[in-house]
Amino acid sequence: MYVEMKHITKQYGGFTASDDVSFGIEKGKLAALLGPSGSGKTTILRMLAGLEVPNSGDIFIAGRRINTIPAARRGIGFVFQNYALFRYMTVFENIAFGLEIQKKKKSEIEKRVTDLIGLTGLSGLEKRYPNQLSGGQRQRVAFARALAPNPQVLLLDEPFAAIDAKVRQELRNWLKDTIHRVGITSIFVTHDQEEAVEVADEIIITNHGRIEQSGPPAAIYKKPETPFVAQFIGDSAVVSNYECLNGFDSIKGAGKAVIRPEFVKVYKQGALHRYISAAEEGRVESVVFRGNHLDLTVAVKDVSIHAEYSMEEAPVAVGENVTVLIYRLYVFDENRTYLTENKAMKDTNLFYI
Amino acid sequence: MKRNKTEMALIAVSMVFIVVMLIIPLISVIVNSLREGLSFYAAALTTDYVISALQITLLAAVIALAVNTFFGLLAAWTVTKFEFRGKHILTTLIDIPFSISPVIAGLAFIMTFGRMGWASEYVTALNSILGTDLQIVFAVPGVVLATIFVTFPFVFREIIPVLNARGNDEEEAAALMGAGGLTIFFRITLPQIRWALLYGVILCTARALGEFGAVSALSKARGATFTLPLEIDALYMSGQSDSITAAFAVSSLLVLLAVGVLLLRSFIEYKSERKRAL
Repeated sequence: MYVEMKHITKQYGGFTASDDVSFGIEKGKLAALLGPSGSGKTTILRMLAGLEVPNSGDIFIAGRRINTIPAARRGIGFVFQNYALFRYMTVFENIAFGLEIQKKKKSEIEKRVTDLIGLTGLSGLEKRYPNQLSGGQRQRVAFARALAPNPQVLLLDEPFAAIDAKVRQELRNWLKDTIHRVGITSIFVTHDQEEAVEVADEIIITNHGRIEQSGPPAAIYKKPETPFVAQFIGDSAVVSNYECLNGFDSIKGAGKAVIRPEFVKVYKQGALHRYISAAEEGRVESVVFRGNHLDLTVAVKDVSIHAEYSMEEAPVAVGENVTVLIYRLYVFDENRTYLTENKAMKDTNLFYI
Repeated sequence: MKRNKTEMALIAVSMVFIVVMLIIPLISVIVNSLREGLSFYAAALTTDYVISALQITLLAAVIALAVNTFFGLLAAWTVTKFEFRGKHILTTLIDIPFSISPVIAGLAFIMTFGRMGWASEYVTALNSILGTDLQIVFAVPGVVLATIFVTFPFVFREIIPVLNARGNDEEEAAALMGAGGLTIFFRITLPQIRWALLYGVILCTARALGEFGAVSALSKARGATFTLPLEIDALYMSGQSDSITAAFAVSSLLVLLAVGVLLLRSFIEYKSERKRAL
């Protein structure tokens, strides 16, 4: 592991911001610290940077314990949430600052800064001041400034929070590509799961100062290990009386389940020909147009289920009775989640083979 | 644009008030100062007393400015960048010169450094060690101390809001890149606060030039420790018509200095607003 935290605890007064946090990130990977606000993700980032000191535990970068090494000598590049660009310096001076502090030769600085301005697509803006740049350009300057002194690790605190939605998508792709091109081990903080899933190679999910789960996005999505992750990731509706649904038995001790829209398919009455015994009758409660599909809320017995409905199908209306097929659920108790498939679908499968 | 009656009345009242209370008295100072002609005016400004007073005034103002800028910056930095116990008390205490009568400030220095004061024996001891004859009360150092006291809060008060509003992000970013304290101050913090600092310096200067009460308590020797306001008072109190005109002449000097300082202030305000709008 290139960047590693072992049993880190951090308290502010009586508040525990980090509770026995341990994780590792391999060299060259782009990792996301994902969690709701107040879950301790920024604290983790600031401790890595040396802006905060943990109460106990060890931090390693490249095999070296860095707890006692001052922030400036940890070889870390930091992109602040609001970028913290030096407002009285030009783009060029901002990027050159770290190199000047290291007393690099003037020609060397000029070359490095010019390279970075090229890499970040800021050519022509060298003489501008931060307040003359757009949000996306500022982020690029902050990124270039953090990379200039050749850090071992790049840390980014909510890098897309200050950018409007339209540009954000483009910047995500750009940042992901650029970080992989540079090959620098990077960690960014976000509360936006879509962002984490899209950009990161590895996601670390935090909640109440603890790490809930870490791994590649697809693995976390497919196998949420804790109830929190099951509810937090994806568009998840929680139901408590799942055992009343066709094809699902109650699991002992596990009283609740998560149903995601992608686990559910809605048919107009009579449109479903297979797995009829596994399906449910439902009534459409609401229909919301989402541009390329409809978001439906369907009442099945006492359970309210969210589902997506294609625009290509014959339209459904509020109050209409429909057929609902539920493929699978995440059932969970206090500590664990279980993926359960609709057992009636397997049974009926036999008849059709 | 059509104005309603209340608006007109309010504008008229405030205009009349300013003209009657400020502009007419100041113009009358200038007019009176020229009553005996220009050559008298010139002569009145070049007596030994006036030249000595001008020197003392400028000396006190320059020292007060240097000291207050340094400590004002230091205190403002401390209060905004660090959290510590008693911070609010400190911030309040720094404002004392604003709320206390300057005469009391002067008396306080007499009680401290005067012959009866607790600190006078230290001054005597220091003098015997260094072989000097430094006097504080009723001497130039006392005048300087009093001026420093009454002008202390200006720089501090002007910088604090700017430092608070700007936050620590840029300093933190610079520190992460390995910049030392002095580099951070001169390259990051100072450019942010320079207009506020300059503004505080100007207010401080204006007040230092015009201070009367505190200095009056500590300065009794005309021609040796008198500042311009004291000299004006002395000229005026002598009661002869000549010296009263001379008092006006010296006053006009202070009025012109004050107007100059105010113009500079407006210019700086204009500049800093344009900078902010950019």
